[in-house]
Amino acid sequence: MTYSFWRVAREALRGNTGWKPAWRDPVPKEHYDVIVVGGGGHGLATAYYLAKLHGITNVAVLEKGWIGSGNAGRNTTIIRSNYLLPGNEVFYEHSMKLWEGLEQDLNFNTMVSQRGVLNIFHSDGERDAAARRGNSMRLHGADGELLDAAQVRAMVPLFDFDNARFPIKGGLLQRRGGTARHDAVVWGYARGADRRGVDIIQNCEVTGIRVEAGRVRGVETTRGYIAAGKVGLACAGNTSRVAALAGLRLPIESHVLQAFVSEAIKPLVHTVVTFGAGHFYISQSDKGGLVFGGDIDGYNSYAQRGSLPIVEDVAEACMALLPCTGRLRVLRSWGGIMDMSMDGSPIIDRTPVDGLYLNAGWCYGGFKATPASGWCFAHTIAHNEAHAIIAAMRLDRFATGAIIDEKGAGAQPNLH
Amino acid sequence: MRIPCPHCGERGNEEFLYRGVAGLARPAANAPDTQWHDYVYLRDNPFGSHRELWQHVHGCRRWLVVTRDTHTHTIADVADVATPAP
Amino acid sequence: MTSRLSQGGLIDRTVTIPFRFDGRTFSGHPGDTLASALLANDVRLFGRSFKYHRPRGVLSAGSEEPNALVELREGARREPNTPATVVELYPGLVAASQNRYPSLRFDLLAANNILAPLFGAGFYYKTFMWPASFWEKLYEPLIRRAAGLGRPATGPDPDNYERATVFCDVLVIGGGAAGLTAAREAGRAGARVVLCDEGPRIGGWLLSEPGPVDDRPAPEWAEEAVAEIQTMDEVRVMPRTTVLATFDHGSYVAVERVADHKPVPDSGEPRQRLWHIVARRSVLATGATERPLVFGGNDRPGVMLSSAVRTYLNRYAVAPGRRAVIVTAGEDGWDLLGDCLRLGVEVAAIVERRAALAQDRLDLARRAGALVFAGGHVGGTAGAMQLRAVDIVDVGGKRHRLAADLLAMAGGWTPAIGLACHLGARAEWSEDASAFLAGDAPPGMSVAGGAAGSTGLAHALQSGARRGAEAASACGFAATAHPVTAATQPAAPLWLMPANRRKAFVDFQNDVAASDVALAHREGYRSVEHLKRYTTLGMATDQGRTANINGLALMASLTGRDIAATGTTRLRPPHTPVAIGALAGMHRGRDYRPTRLPPAHGWAREQGAVFVEAGPWLRAQYFPRPGETDWLQSVTREVNGVRNGVGVCDVSTLGKIELVGSDAVTFLDRIYANTIATLPIGRARYALMLREDGFVLDDGTVARLAADRFVITTTTGEAHAVLSHLEYCHQVLWPELDIHFVSVTDRWAQFAVAGPRSRAVLRAVLDPGIDLADAAFSFMAAAECRAFGGVRARLFRISFSGELAYELAVPAADGDRAVRALVQAGMGEGITPYGTEAMSVMRVEKGYTAGGEINGQTTARDLGLEKMLAKHKDYIGRVLQRRPALREASRPILVGLRPTDRSARLHGGAHFLPLNAPATRAYDEGWVSSVAYSPTLGRWIGLGFLANGAERHGTRVRAYDPLRGGDTEVEITPPCQFDPEGVRLRG
Repeated sequence: MTYSFWRVAREALRGNTGWKPAWRDPVPKEHYDVIVVGGGGHGLATAYYLAKLHGITNVAVLEKGWIGSGNAGRNTTIIRSNYLLPGNEVFYEHSMKLWEGLEQDLNFNTMVSQRGVLNIFHSDGERDAAARRGNSMRLHGADGELLDAAQVRAMVPLFDFDNARFPIKGGLLQRRGGTARHDAVVWGYARGADRRGVDIIQNCEVTGIRVEAGRVRGVETTRGYIAAGKVGLACAGNTSRVAALAGLRLPIESHVLQAFVSEAIKPLVHTVVTFGAGHFYISQSDKGGLVFGGDIDGYNSYAQRGSLPIVEDVAEACMALLPCTGRLRVLRSWGGIMDMSMDGSPIIDRTPVDGLYLNAGWCYGGFKATPASGWCFAHTIAHNEAHAIIAAMRLDRFATGAIIDEKGAGAQPNLH
Repeated sequence: MRIPCPHCGERGNEEFLYRGVAGLARPAANAPDTQWHDYVYLRDNPFGSHRELWQHVHGCRRWLVVTRDTHTHTIADVADVATPAP
Repeated sequence: MTSRLSQGGLIDRTVTIPFRFDGRTFSGHPGDTLASALLANDVRLFGRSFKYHRPRGVLSAGSEEPNALVELREGARREPNTPATVVELYPGLVAASQNRYPSLRFDLLAANNILAPLFGAGFYYKTFMWPASFWEKLYEPLIRRAAGLGRPATGPDPDNYERATVFCDVLVIGGGAAGLTAAREAGRAGARVVLCDEGPRIGGWLLSEPGPVDDRPAPEWAEEAVAEIQTMDEVRVMPRTTVLATFDHGSYVAVERVADHKPVPDSGEPRQRLWHIVARRSVLATGATERPLVFGGNDRPGVMLSSAVRTYLNRYAVAPGRRAVIVTAGEDGWDLLGDCLRLGVEVAAIVERRAALAQDRLDLARRAGALVFAGGHVGGTAGAMQLRAVDIVDVGGKRHRLAADLLAMAGGWTPAIGLACHLGARAEWSEDASAFLAGDAPPGMSVAGGAAGSTGLAHALQSGARRGAEAASACGFAATAHPVTAATQPAAPLWLMPANRRKAFVDFQNDVAASDVALAHREGYRSVEHLKRYTTLGMATDQGRTANINGLALMASLTGRDIAATGTTRLRPPHTPVAIGALAGMHRGRDYRPTRLPPAHGWAREQGAVFVEAGPWLRAQYFPRPGETDWLQSVTREVNGVRNGVGVCDVSTLGKIELVGSDAVTFLDRIYANTIATLPIGRARYALMLREDGFVLDDGTVARLAADRFVITTTTGEAHAVLSHLEYCHQVLWPELDIHFVSVTDRWAQFAVAGPRSRAVLRAVLDPGIDLADAAFSFMAAAECRAFGGVRARLFRISFSGELAYELAVPAADGDRAVRALVQAGMGEGITPYGTEAMSVMRVEKGYTAGGEINGQTTARDLGLEKMLAKHKDYIGRVLQRRPALREASRPILVGLRPTDRSARLHGGAHFLPLNAPATRAYDEGWVSSVAYSPTLGRWIGLGFLANGAERHGTRVRAYDPLRGGDTEVEITPPCQFDPEGVRLRG
């Protein structure tokens, strides 16, 4: 069923009774060519591009809960390609280009809103670092602009310019950055994959990975054994647990990241803003809620909830940047489990087990990566070889030293 | 989260600095590079009980070994790194 | 006209409070909420709904209110989306309706209501896609403007917020029937008790019904109970305090609305106070929220929860209608009928789920003059801005239209268990209670009263007493639960009425109707979380407190699964929306983070310094002099002053750590990448500290004061990280080493005295006994001495400027005096105070690295410092810094640079490209990390990292800076561009 304005209008006249399920609820088959473990944005996008671009349609996506129940549904919906290091920037810019055509491709309005992403800086040193980053973006063909304090003020007059502990010296703006509706991305990919024959199997937890003679054969699940030619892991915060089923030990720790949404209000913040003096980012959803977040809590956690110090830290940064938000109320908070890698950058690669592929280490950045992650992971699985775009995102980079450390924080995940 | 520091008493986790898993043995100087790689980069990252290092930076500044469940956050034990539990 | 009853209620009729709503002036009484006062003034229309802009009135009498949201206050104090049901009336209160244009009665966007079939759940996912460019330009701006509810303030919040912490044995959350008895029993046992209640008056539901409790009217009983516990020394009663969230290990956070019931806070008073509560045990007594019933037109102003009607009648003495219809799933509607009979409010009919009714019920209805529709249901309502009639379908299916302006719904109760679920416990369905209960409450928490599924006062009072006594006992107090008597009441079951064609709302605020739940089911969004996200059910400011259960019950009926299997969405903090300002507390504006000032800050301020933030510190950036019009003039003068004479600079913010012990050398040799063991006593050495992954952590100097005693410096920014790192290395890695160390950053003020004439200045301030002649105190010498007439001092001949230079440290208390004395002593030499900017210029001239270069991403090799690395010892980072990718020739390495055009300016952050190469990433060869205008060289110069940089000195590349339109040809040089032989610093 193709979505269109006319379909919406016609259904309105017949009481919306003609709509069909966006995806089927199939019984698992005995064998799939490819099993993708994890029904989040990345897993579903992988299945979608396997079917669409590589002609591999005998694919199952296995999800232990409901699709989108992990980080795909627990983020601050920011999309951007404003990375510093070449190994990242080429990938995220590819992702940005996929976002720009996603709705038409999926026939699903994922509300990609290119309202701009503005990174504030507060010192000359930070300006130089922002310029290095912005120039790198430009060399990659992405857009980027360096704003001075007056230009930032003109753009967001609500910031605290006059009484700030750390003065706002300017900002790095990527106009093509913005937000997308996170759940819609999940549903759009699910529907697109389903329409191409992919089986999306919810409430199906992988409990074992069968490996024989160094090659993956299939997965044990709560709904029985399912054989597979290839298995791709896209399990975000649960990556270590699932990979351990195949005997892998990874450069990943799981950490909780909290995010917050305020009550819906009339438009107040028109771009996505990140604050440089504290780890803080904010935007306003189309529904009207301010969506914001900050740092990870900083300790290993598989609990989808955080602790109070970060809540206060985030609110402090919000007030420091936007002192008009004092009386607005936080409506809801949530926690997601981040697969924090040792250098803060992702891994999309083969593994030492033949036929087993890894897509992990997304840290804070998983949502914006969704299209390119699926696109590149599908290529890796289909061809048993990484695409040039993810040449740097190798699993062995920690051994070779070719690490991708945007923050320069070193091998300690909670500092990234 | 509240961590019972063996020196200072129970305190909020904002007083502590987290590092990561405890008990990793630093390889010998002549150990093969792969052993150094595993030491610095690979983690078990368990779901459940985790022995981990926290420093009471806003207190006694001692490094503590905290045994905590990564799913429930239940703390089973806290000991100074110099006197870990048997 | 007024709907105020002539007597009764917990309001003070002797005092009149004027207030304004939508420009009209009304009056109410102390004890009123904004909602009760408006209802008393016959206002029934309060707002417009989110999507369809349908007229809405008041549904509830508490914080679960989805409909009656207003913009409270004006200007920078405007608070959008404020439930009128919780706003205490204060003199001069100003409120306005929201989400309507041009007025509440006539709202243009009410047209959405007519187009409602187009706007079903998730319609926006299926359209607005063509043409692609129209989303940002047309559709999204329209949607954004239409969405949102109230208007936010745009000025900085003028009020203050505070944080406080309280420790207790037993925290009682909620001061209703269960909470009061729990706090009373725990308090009687001697436990330290904190009792929080969101209302201004403790009592909860006891204030809404006549009782009796222990043979007294319920409000009277509550007042006595409160009076009793308030006399207990160890009990703190906190009204207007909402517990927001449960955290691990017995911590809770609550917000106290200190001044929200006043026009503005008193002088010095915070608006709200955030409480950190640490409790050994807690009793959750948050009560329950009444469920609405789902039928066509159930959102019309005048359709209310029966509990709300009872509250308005009994507590506020307001009759929210003249002629009521009651529809009830259980006993609650009959209790309301009893109230109406007692207070003289006309009831046209009561519609009962059950077909068979006891005789006493029928007698009650007859006495009240109400028709009884046993086994009937509501088929719809009529009215425009207010309810006019109710269509009742009797048990035989016949429709009856009854005129009514009030329809009270009693759909049973939903326990408020959010705080029990914040740690991840799943809510469990209880058939007995017809509700989700907290299955696995957090450790130390027990649940009492309505929150535990109790219905009726008796059970609430008794379970509260029991839980309170148990909690006190668990804390070691001898406690007993004393009996309390009151009425009992069975739980009402869930009641799903037959569907009808009119919009039957499930979530009022978000305009989610039963048909939307059906649509979500049809389209496969059947998991409760998909239902929530697809339809927005339960995501409004009321957090779905009235909506969730009905929504999932409808979904359960569509899927054929039972409610237990359908499950409920996870309840997340905060329990009630909380102001961002309250969470931030006092950390805002200039107090966002602490500001640290070095000991001689006052002197620098007197000198007219311009300050710059360096981490938490404020440092003097430069010292403008009269006539200088920009920073570059000042900095140039300062650099020239140092290079040609002498200057003084406060470097106190550098981290300083003092180490002592027989293994100090061993320790430092493991910490630093270069050799320390060979450092003689009385000498200092530049040293590099790596992380274990081989990248540079920090640099600084190591000075040996005695065989077993060292003082090391760190950069300002890394001082904390380095100290922690050292403590880790000692306590965790090498506890066997005999070494002690402590940060002395705050104990010593330190000043750089630099320039060819620095020796003369030092001579003037140092006490006799130290020979500054080069032979006696050469470059990198270190000594403890006395200065300024007996002040303990440390002197280091180290230089960050490339000049003959010293750093003189004195106890922090003497810092201010020391710098003044230095300046005084240097007067004859023309001493120049200089700041961080001149310091930076000189270090760029010399090719010394700073934060732009040591940024956590560079190795010793990248910095051109590979030769420093010790060959024959183990140290942190030794192994991993030699990984192959870190040694590739193409890896950018530190170089100096200068534009080939002497007059051209450089910018940090430019990238290196080969001359004539296209500006694409394939040709990106590195970047410019630091730049400065060098007065010494008379041109802009810089440092950067360039692929194969070590072999490219003398070659030319482009410094490409498209962000600022820069594209400058530069010559690559060694990092050091001034006095490469170091003649001057050895002078």
